[in-house]
Amino acid sequence: MESNPILRIATKIMTPYILMFALYVQFHGDYGPGGGFQAGVIFAAAFVLYALIYGIETARLVLPMGVAALCGALGVLIYAGVGIATMFLGGGFLEYGFLDSHDAEHGQHLGILLVELGVLTTVFGVMVVIFYSFAGRGRVEE
Amino acid sequence: MLAVTALIVVRTQNLFAVAMLTGIYSLLSATFFTLLDAVDVAFTEAAVGAGVSTVLMLGTLSLVGHRQKKQRTVQIVPLLIVTVTGLILMYGTLDIPPFGEADNPIHLHETTVHYLEESSHETGMPNVVTSVLASYRGYDTMGETTVIFTAMVGVLLLMSGRKKDGTGGADDGE
Repeated sequence: MESNPILRIATKIMTPYILMFALYVQFHGDYGPGGGFQAGVIFAAAFVLYALIYGIETARLVLPMGVAALCGALGVLIYAGVGIATMFLGGGFLEYGFLDSHDAEHGQHLGILLVELGVLTTVFGVMVVIFYSFAGRGRVEE
Repeated sequence: MLAVTALIVVRTQNLFAVAMLTGIYSLLSATFFTLLDAVDVAFTEAAVGAGVSTVLMLGTLSLVGHRQKKQRTVQIVPLLIVTVTGLILMYGTLDIPPFGEADNPIHLHETTVHYLEESSHETGMPNVVTSVLASYRGYDTMGETTVIFTAMVGVLLLMSGRKKDGTGGADDGE
C-alpha cells in the first residue's frame, strides 16, 4: 500500500481537508451537530489514514507516540482545569458562568468551548495511541 | 438490513469479512439514527463505529490472523440466555409509548421542558445537545473523558509490557 502513487497522492490531498473538517465539527458544534468527541475521532482518523498509507514510522515522525499520549492526558487536565478555575473564580466546580465576570452567558460559552477542546484533545490522543499500539506491534515481532 | 448484516456477521467464519461487515452495520445504524433525527448520535456512530473501530479491528486482525477457529457443537446455555434476554427486552418495548407522539412522558417532563426553553439564553448555545452535554451534564462528560483516558492508560500498559527496560510505551523504540 505504501508504494501505490494514487493512494499516496490522494492521502496527501485529503489529509488537510479532513483536519479542517474536524476543526469545523469542533467549533461549529455550538450551532450544528458535532462536538469534541466527533471532532477528536475525525482528527485522529486523518492521522490513521496517513499512517496506513505512508507507514506507521512516517506517521510517528509527524506525531510521536509520546506527544499523542501527552495529548490524551492534557485533555483531561484542560477539562478539570476549567472546573478548578471556576472554583477559584467563586463558582462551583464546572460552573462556567463565573468565567466571565460581566456576562454569565459569555462565561458559559467560553466554558463549553474550553471543555470541548479538552474532550477533543483527549479523544484524539487516545485514538492515535491505541492505533499506534495495535498497528505498530506486529511489525516488531516479525 | 440491519438484521441481515448482523446475521451474516454471526455466521461468517472469515474475520476480515466480519470486521468489514461490522463497519457496514455501524454505517447502517448511523443512517437509522439520522432518520430518527438524532444527528449527533449518527455522527458519532459513523465516525467511531464505521471509521476508527473498523481500522482498529483490522489492526488487531493483522496480529491474530483472520481465520476463526472452527466450532462444531451448538452451545445450549449461551443460546438459551441470549434468547431469554431478547424476549425480555422485546417484552419491555411493549410498554414504550409510540414514537414521536407529542404527549409522550419524555416531552412533558420538567427537565426536558427546561432544557429546551431555557438553554439558549442560559448558555448561549443554539444546539441543545451541546449545551446539555457540556454544561448541564458537565460532570458526566468529564467522567466520559476520564474513561477514555483510562482506556489509553490500559492499552499502553498492556501493549508495551514486553520490553525489558520497562520504560513504558511512550517512546518510539517499541
